[in-house]
Amino acid sequence: MAITSIKNLKEFSTNNERLEGAHLLCPGCAHSMIVRELLNCTDDNLVVATNTGCLEVSTAVYPYTSWDTSWIHIGFENAATAAAGAEAMYKARKRKGTLKDPDAPVKFVAFGGDGSTYDIGFQWLSGAVERGHDFTYICLDNENYANTGGQRSSATPTGAHTSTAQAGRVSYGKKQKKKDMVAIMAAHGAPYVAQLSPNKWKSMAKGFQKALETEGPCFINTVSACTTEWKFDPKDTIHVTDLATDSLMFPIYEIINGTELNILYRPKNIIPVEEYLAAQGRYRHLFKPENRHVIDMIQKEVNEKWEYLQRREEARV
Amino acid sequence: MAEKMELNEIEVWDGNHAAAQALRQAQVDVVAAYPITPSTPIVEGYGAFMANGYIDGEFVMVESEHAAMSGCVGASAAGGRVATATSSQGFMLMIEVLYQASGMRLPIVLNVVNRAVASPLNVRGDHGDMYAGRDSGWIQLDAFNAQEVYDLNLCAFKIGEDINVRLPVMVHQDGFTTSHTAQNIRPLSDDEAYAFVGDFKPVDEMLDFSKAVTYGAQTEEDWHYEHKAKQHRALMDSYTVIDRVFEEFEKKTGREYKRLETYMMDDAEVAIVALGATVETCILAAKQLREEEGIKAGVVAPRCIRPFPFNEMRDVLANVKAVATLDHSAPMGAMGMLYNEVAGAMVSTQDRPLITNFIYGLGGRDFSINEAKRIFREQKGHADVGYITTEIQQFSGLRGPKLGFYEMKRS
Repeated sequence: MAITSIKNLKEFSTNNERLEGAHLLCPGCAHSMIVRELLNCTDDNLVVATNTGCLEVSTAVYPYTSWDTSWIHIGFENAATAAAGAEAMYKARKRKGTLKDPDAPVKFVAFGGDGSTYDIGFQWLSGAVERGHDFTYICLDNENYANTGGQRSSATPTGAHTSTAQAGRVSYGKKQKKKDMVAIMAAHGAPYVAQLSPNKWKSMAKGFQKALETEGPCFINTVSACTTEWKFDPKDTIHVTDLATDSLMFPIYEIINGTELNILYRPKNIIPVEEYLAAQGRYRHLFKPENRHVIDMIQKEVNEKWEYLQRREEARV
Repeated sequence: MAEKMELNEIEVWDGNHAAAQALRQAQVDVVAAYPITPSTPIVEGYGAFMANGYIDGEFVMVESEHAAMSGCVGASAAGGRVATATSSQGFMLMIEVLYQASGMRLPIVLNVVNRAVASPLNVRGDHGDMYAGRDSGWIQLDAFNAQEVYDLNLCAFKIGEDINVRLPVMVHQDGFTTSHTAQNIRPLSDDEAYAFVGDFKPVDEMLDFSKAVTYGAQTEEDWHYEHKAKQHRALMDSYTVIDRVFEEFEKKTGREYKRLETYMMDDAEVAIVALGATVETCILAAKQLREEEGIKAGVVAPRCIRPFPFNEMRDVLANVKAVATLDHSAPMGAMGMLYNEVAGAMVSTQDRPLITNFIYGLGGRDFSINEAKRIFREQKGHADVGYITTEIQQFSGLRGPKLGFYEMKRS
């Protein structure tokens, strides 16, 4: 398969542009960075399915479309199945000889936000991965239902304020832990699973390429900093994302065939989670004295997860 | 290359097997499906064809009916022939995607083996699922027996895929009564059947990369209304293609289909309007009443539920004195669907019949020839005195005290 050179960001960013700039995403939204990296990292034809969400409502408002490739949106929950259906049709038509260009390589990609991936579309994704369709699912994880105004999802981390898990006089925000979607998808036996981040653009592009090259269902959770609901200045998207990866709130790693875990980024200086939290309005309440224990709890969990990932990498199991 | 199947001139198939055979002969590219009683044997039959080399396409067994229709949508947008089957709760779970499929104008064929809708849970046949789909933007064809299931499936592909239609099509059959009752079927040979259905002609397919296509865009108040109006118009206009396909089918097989089927209606004084296998019960009742009691009874049955044959209904009932509309679905707070459709058609004529509504057979309760005869006789009574002597809506075959609603207002 043809893969574009990714040595140089300037060159890479202009290659094979298939998401037109005139879309309606918020200034500073990381979604378009992630999507463009995916579209730019291959020369193959792409069929893209997208769940309902920020990306979908911002890129396909009739009579316009931002997508210069085959694109489909059905509902909130079923992009994985739309991609699976298209992939099945591709196989059938290739076998029967009814494709217009039977030799051109085609890749099937599905995008979903965390709401449609961790919550409402969980079953559709699980089914499509279990059936082994040859496609790549990319979750644009901004840790809330941003398209509907910032409600909690099962990807919202402990302590974050959302409109349906509010911080208030007697509440520190979301009480529950974030669902470990990467582990769940690895447990499906998917051949390639990863968590990647747009501030580490090269490792993200390489991870995308690996997923596209791998036959079978691949899942990638990407960190998508949300200027509107995380509440930071739009110019700081990559800065906040740097804090996310360097505090290890979002460790960058891959799991191959459900077992082989590789850490893809080790911060030279690991920063306290407090610095990451302090950069965002959604965590402001945690800095009241009575909520200090929540920050400590988050730090403890981040430490434990990092320890776990390192041990798994070392043990090669 | 799929192996061809040698079929006898007459085969003994039930409705489910008839549907599976038609899907095989149409050489469907993708079937995405999920099992549910009583439609499961369609999917199982297809699976058996697959396992024995009679199918070239992909058979995707998904994890829910919602996913089944979602997979069908993705597959159809990728430019090939697509079909599936479901019933009852599975149909209800599919409903969100039914609207999305028709809104994207994707010609998927869905076999609906009609079954009651919970709660209480019930696996037997009524039309609760069929009625829930009537605003979903699909063409709805109704088969009254297994032969018709086979015939209408072949027609469904040809109708839905026509460039002037491009709409999904449901083929309905009654759970168990039709789906699990074997009868003599006259199939076409594989070659004849495929020649009738024809090759699939992709339109705006996602696998033609010379032109980017966007499926499932967003429209708000600026465009949504126009899209929906256009879709409604496509459905309303589809009758010309339906009629043409039925004519072609008759030329090929001698079997005649009409969007509104009529039996003994030329001189009918009283009529029953019904759907599904009940139509055959009512035909037998009408024949017996004509022979035994001289009652000029006739039967009217929409073959096509959507688009509803409004003009045809109005014309055929114009000279009838009393009509009973039979609804095989719980009306829940209103008159039954057939009553409303028939009354809606007849209110635009000068000479309209007396129209009553019977709810019957919910959850598979038997509906007998004798009960159909009793209903005909009751209509004859209304015709003779010139007004409706009973309540307008009645429940037929219900245990316990008689249940009925509304009376005729007489000036």
